Amino acid sequence: MSSGLVWLTILVLSVFVGIEVISKVSSTLHTPLMSGANAIHGVILIGAVLVAGSATSTPVLVLALIAVLLAAINISGGFVVTDRMLRMFVRRRPELPGPGQETGTATGTATGTTPGSPTGRDPR
Amino acid sequence: MTTPTWAQLAYLVAAVCFILALKGLSSPRTARRGNLVGAVGAVLALVTVFVAGFAFGTLRHLVPILVALVIGLAVGAVGARRVKMTQMPQLVALFNGVGGGAAAIVAVIEVGELLGREAGPGRLVALVAGGFTIVVGSVSLSGSVVTFAKLQELMTTRPVVFPGYRPVYAPALVVTVVCTVLLVVRPSLWLALVLVALGLLLGVLLVLPVGGADVPIVISLLNAFTGLTVAASGYVLGNTLLLVAGTLVGAAGTLLTLLMARAMGRSVANTLFGALSGTSTLGGGTVSDRPVRSAGPADVAIMLGYADRVIIVPGYGLAVAQAQHTLRQLVDVLISRGTRVDYAIHPVAGRMPGHMNVLLAEAQVPYEQLKEMTEINPEFAQTDVVLVVGANDVVNPAARTDPSAPIYGMPVLDVVEARQVVFMKRSMRPGFAGIENALLFEPTTTLLFGDAKDTMGKLLAEVKAL
Repeated sequence: MSSGLVWLTILVLSVFVGIEVISKVSSTLHTPLMSGANAIHGVILIGAVLVAGSATSTPVLVLALIAVLLAAINISGGFVVTDRMLRMFVRRRPELPGPGQETGTATGTATGTTPGSPTGRDPR
Repeated sequence: MTTPTWAQLAYLVAAVCFILALKGLSSPRTARRGNLVGAVGAVLALVTVFVAGFAFGTLRHLVPILVALVIGLAVGAVGARRVKMTQMPQLVALFNGVGGGAAAIVAVIEVGELLGREAGPGRLVALVAGGFTIVVGSVSLSGSVVTFAKLQELMTTRPVVFPGYRPVYAPALVVTVVCTVLLVVRPSLWLALVLVALGLLLGVLLVLPVGGADVPIVISLLNAFTGLTVAASGYVLGNTLLLVAGTLVGAAGTLLTLLMARAMGRSVANTLFGALSGTSTLGGGTVSDRPVRSAGPADVAIMLGYADRVIIVPGYGLAVAQAQHTLRQLVDVLISRGTRVDYAIHPVAGRMPGHMNVLLAEAQVPYEQLKEMTEINPEFAQTDVVLVVGANDVVNPAARTDPSAPIYGMPVLDVVEARQVVFMKRSMRPGFAGIENALLFEPTTTLLFGDAKDTMGKLLAEVKAL
């Protein structure tokens, strides 16, 4: 298989995985999910570091460093703000150690109308 | 750029982390863990790129790179920690924009590199991917900046369409496509920079006509765009992690955009172009002088205190006024008096889907009191008093009854069915969608004017005194 085909295969499979993994999200989690996905595309940071590391002229290096800076803001801010949002949902369960353990019974349906636990805080 | 096998494997692990992160984030039980798994994947990828570069001597300029990296990481983390929860949507928009900008810059540099390479099918595809990344990354950057300005209310939240809009939009689109083709056929750095400028222009033009209430859908769409640019960069750089991560975000982001649009009863096309085709009315934002009924906190306290069934409809204004804590106390007092109280949460209450749940969770409102729209809508007809605090568009009956309204078709809370409605408002100013609320003029509606926090405090004192 030529390398071009390998890339195409990865691309197509990733599309299906991307759609499949979030197809059952409840509407309550739309915002954190968007924010989390936003953090993940901050991985362009790797690309920025690679081009900065192979820069051969000063203008290119400066441009690449700006890219590193922007991508770093994207990735760290993205994960931190997502965590902050999600922390709000689990704060009121002090008797349980760690986030999200046994804090919900259902995971929400595609329409997000499961009354039990879209935020993971069941009445006990 | 060759990557050693162990580094490839580390990237594969990071990619799996990202898949598990998205999977975790789509279920409430695992959401926080999912986000942490994603962060672990990101750290692993970052360590890998440095260790591999250091071990093989392929990474030069280590010190300036580390400096830029540390500054960026610190700025992002501090910004994310400091921001008020009410301003979180615009921060997410900004983070998305800088990501798109980074992708565009990387692509410009790579196109510069490709100039020196021999022509062939490999270079051709790389140039297509590079051109795509430059344009879409720039669109994402400038579009996100405009959404930021709209959410921060630095500019009007209403759709903006200027007279020369259509004559500019279509040609700009055509010129961009032509320039992208030219870049592939006869690549030059100059063309790459022209594409950056065109992308920035298109991003602004894309977001300007979007009304304030639809902005979350656009942020999600731009988020998906940025994902696709990262995927394209992965191909150009020969990095599988970028390809997988970017494609994941692109695909998941596109689906999420459609889901969000459906939750708001809008199509994505109507969101973006509604203002252009005229299906979204631009007029109607004027404050009318129709008569309304208003009352003081003491009267409203009596209404609430002697009601059997009360539903609270919280909106963005509640959070802005930081009145959610006082509101919770009020609800606690009402419940102790034997009143049944619930909160009705519209799917897009606040500025994003799920935003209101976050804000109320911050005020320690018990989750079981939060009712989703489909669950609570049949109950309004049997409700004595509905207290609307800082919400507006999501209770506007015009979305059901008036086909000319910009929000027509959006699912709304059936507050109008209730026996009495108390509308807590700062002024008669229209809501985020910029349209007047017909509910304000209903005979069953009473207005309680004033700052939400201040008035809520008075209301609490009056109810306690009953």
